[in-house]
Amino acid sequence: MARQEAKKDVVIVGLGWTGSIMGIELAQEGLEIVALERGRDQHTVPEFKYPNQIDELKYGVRFKNMQHPAQQTVTVRRNLDETALPYRNMGSFLPANGVGGAGTHWNGHTWRPQEVEFHLRSYIRDRWGEQIIPEDMTIADYPVSYAELEPFFTQFDKVAGISGYAGNLNGQIREGGNPFEAPRSEDYPMPPHPATYDSAKFGEAARALGYHPFTMPAGIASTAYTNPYGMQMGPCNFCGFCERYGCYQYSKASPQTAILDALKRYPNFSYRTHAEVLRVEKSADGKTATGVTYFDEATQEEVFQPADIVIMSSYQLNNVHLMLVSGIGQPYDPATGEGVTGKNYAYQITGGTTLFFKDEIFNPFVGHGANATVIDDFGMNQNDFGALGFIGGSYLFSGTFNGQPIRSMPLPTGTAAWGAAWKEGIGEWYGHSMTIATHGSVMSYRTHSLDLDPTYTDRHGRPLMRMTYDWNDNELNMEAYLTGQIEKFVDFLKPDAVARGHKLPGAHYDVRPYQSTHNTGGHIMSETPDTGVVNKFSQVWGMHNVFACGAGNFVQNTQYNPTGLVGALAYHTAHAIRTQYLSNPRPLV
Amino acid sequence: MTDLPGYPSRRSFLKASAAGVAIAGVAGTAQAEATPQAPPLEAYEPAYFTPEEWQFILAATARLIPSEGNGPGAIETRVPVFIDLQLADDYGRADDWYMMGPHDPTAGADRGWQTPLNPAQLYRQAIPAFNAWCEAQYGKAFAVLDTAQQDAALTALQKGDADLGDELKIFFATLLANTKEGYFADPMYGGNHGMQAWVYIGFPGARAAYREWPTRHNIKYPLGPVSIKGERA
Ligand SMILES: Cc1cc2nc3c(=O)[nH]c(=O)nc-3n(C[C@H](O)[C@H](O)[C@H](O)COP(=O)(O)OP(=O)(O)OC[C@H]3O[C@@H](n4cnc5c(N)ncnc54)[C@H](O)[C@@H]3O)c2cc1C
Ligand code: SF4
Repeated sequence: MARQEAKKDVVIVGLGWTGSIMGIELAQEGLEIVALERGRDQHTVPEFKYPNQIDELKYGVRFKNMQHPAQQTVTVRRNLDETALPYRNMGSFLPANGVGGAGTHWNGHTWRPQEVEFHLRSYIRDRWGEQIIPEDMTIADYPVSYAELEPFFTQFDKVAGISGYAGNLNGQIREGGNPFEAPRSEDYPMPPHPATYDSAKFGEAARALGYHPFTMPAGIASTAYTNPYGMQMGPCNFCGFCERYGCYQYSKASPQTAILDALKRYPNFSYRTHAEVLRVEKSADGKTATGVTYFDEATQEEVFQPADIVIMSSYQLNNVHLMLVSGIGQPYDPATGEGVTGKNYAYQITGGTTLFFKDEIFNPFVGHGANATVIDDFGMNQNDFGALGFIGGSYLFSGTFNGQPIRSMPLPTGTAAWGAAWKEGIGEWYGHSMTIATHGSVMSYRTHSLDLDPTYTDRHGRPLMRMTYDWNDNELNMEAYLTGQIEKFVDFLKPDAVARGHKLPGAHYDVRPYQSTHNTGGHIMSETPDTGVVNKFSQVWGMHNVFACGAGNFVQNTQYNPTGLVGALAYHTAHAIRTQYLSNPRPLV
Repeated sequence: MTDLPGYPSRRSFLKASAAGVAIAGVAGTAQAEATPQAPPLEAYEPAYFTPEEWQFILAATARLIPSEGNGPGAIETRVPVFIDLQLADDYGRADDWYMMGPHDPTAGADRGWQTPLNPAQLYRQAIPAFNAWCEAQYGKAFAVLDTAQQDAALTALQKGDADLGDELKIFFATLLANTKEGYFADPMYGGNHGMQAWVYIGFPGARAAYREWPTRHNIKYPLGPVSIKGERA
């Protein structure tokens, strides 16, 4: 018999970015809240303190800040005919584990999708006609518009503390910002960061080539800052141990620096760590949830936590897995296209060209996770899909995040991987290169999806989730086009040597190299209950007291890193619960 | 100094001890801290490897990152010690990984780690298998081949021409990755001795504070590395 805890008004599953946002917003309503986090508790001190965190082997290579596959993982197949195999050690994506979630060890690139990305299908239909959409591409409009979300983007920018320069302030285009972005009601809370040498060279080349360079919007403090919750941050020192690491000096936007200490002051909020939620429990009629059951690591037993409202904020992959094992939404069947839970899984397409300059010094270790000059001239709203033969967009950027030598050792094409020539190569080229990278959208496809694996189980005996994903021609064609655009920079900058690392036509998904932790879809938002899992308020269709946060809501992925939209959607959801749901709990659509 | 039988990198031991003498001569300077006392490699007692495996690791890493030319080699930086300690630890046991079956070691490399073996077991089985291949090819175990033969044997292993079977096919990639990790990781893990690899490429290690540096373009950063424990080089 499972132990039972006292009932709460709200149970939050996972205390990362979205769990923390929901926690503090709902705590302000006086609700009794408990958050359940499967990992350890984490603070700037002691968990992220200097110098212990400055350890590439432990955190960058052995992933000690992250989810361990022994604890939870997925299986992966590239098509419906392949047998899915477990993602046994970390590679392509790095889900989090522990208080703060991936918000502790993310890079901090903080974007708002373009307006057209919210109504992509209608945009294409109106401009080119739906016949340019490939038959198996299952893209749709989001049931929420940019204009509706704008205040919530602004709220997230202020809480996280984003450094940048608005390119479109209430419709006015400003030199030095991103001229292609959607209009912002306010400028960023902090000014942009200075450019490192690589980033400055890229900016100069971009200007000379007629593009519109700007500084990457960064969840990295550029000045001293106090956010709306009273949380204080200090300016980043470009320590170069940012992505994959907790920030040792209160500069990177994270639940720790932006929310948690303020949240912990609410007496009506509490949280339990080493508490892994195993399933959401449903009422007899299946129309509401009664709470969640979790595994208490300390007592090694299952515990039932009853609650009136369940917030699923355990990251996209875990949310979809919990829905599948809890029977939330009809499971999606990629063979027939029927069902909703697990539908429209998508990812991000990335690549890079490295330019080597024998006599120039880049000091690659001087960087932060969002250090870059960017151009959006090849973004979604700039591309003529009809003429280019693909649907999508990408930003191009250059700027070092780190110079950690185990992982960050680019060498010119043709350099030996070992032996005397390799050793010669690292001596000659370390610190003498810059990389121009792509970061592109990935559309949704009928077969790209998540369901339960028929063979493999986790340590609790639950089926692992199975991911079906591969690269499609649409995205590979876009990457080929972008690779060609980067050649203009190569011609302009005239490096001594080059290395091109882009996915080539016909490439298949390789789970080994890190690509991004931008897993999206699976519990997508929709206008109607038959096409998605949640409505525009991230409220589960047919289970009105369950709300699902995170990139699982994305109908298709955007060309940007997800967390700007993830944060805005969480604030949008919190606002709907506060202003519409609490007074009269019901389906909001 | 005792020689390891047939072990080719005597030269690098000499080189390393010569450097040790030179540094001893400037004891008291910052540089002296860079090369803390450590038992010579041949006196090291492996935590995981058997004597046969240890011979192989010394010889193989010495070819993957040789001592000749500019910069330190795997031997001077004590990469073999690093690998030994990693395999004796949670990494060797794959404690963090999902290792439940069924396993399909025939799967393509792009499906990730699919052998049923953990890294420690992989080394244990692959070393004798590869030595047997070297015996068949050259009549000798890997450690006692000459360096040209060793390079050829490693190339064959890398390309899959030296076929050790599906469960072991990930061995070369693992050995190479672990060798580079040992070369560049913080010295507290046993390799990158004296932070020599960091000094060689110009990586400042755990300094991690560069507030004035983003705008200093094309100017060499002047300070040498520090380690997590506070050593300087
Ligand atoms: C290395 C890296 C770099 C990134 N860089 C960027 C970037 O530059 N820009 C960007 O926009 N995004 C980036 N991301 C993605 C970003 O971190 C995520 O979008 C964001 O953290 C998602 O918020 P979330 O609340 O959905 O999940 P998380 O913040 O990951 O929080 C989920 C929490 O739930 C917990 N949990 C999971 N399952 C359970 C369970 N069953 N029971 C209890 N608790 C559970 C987890 O332990 C975790 O703490 C990056 C991610 C990584 C890993
Ligand atoms: S680079 Fe800046 S924000 Fe990132 S971890 Fe270092 S100090 Fe923190």
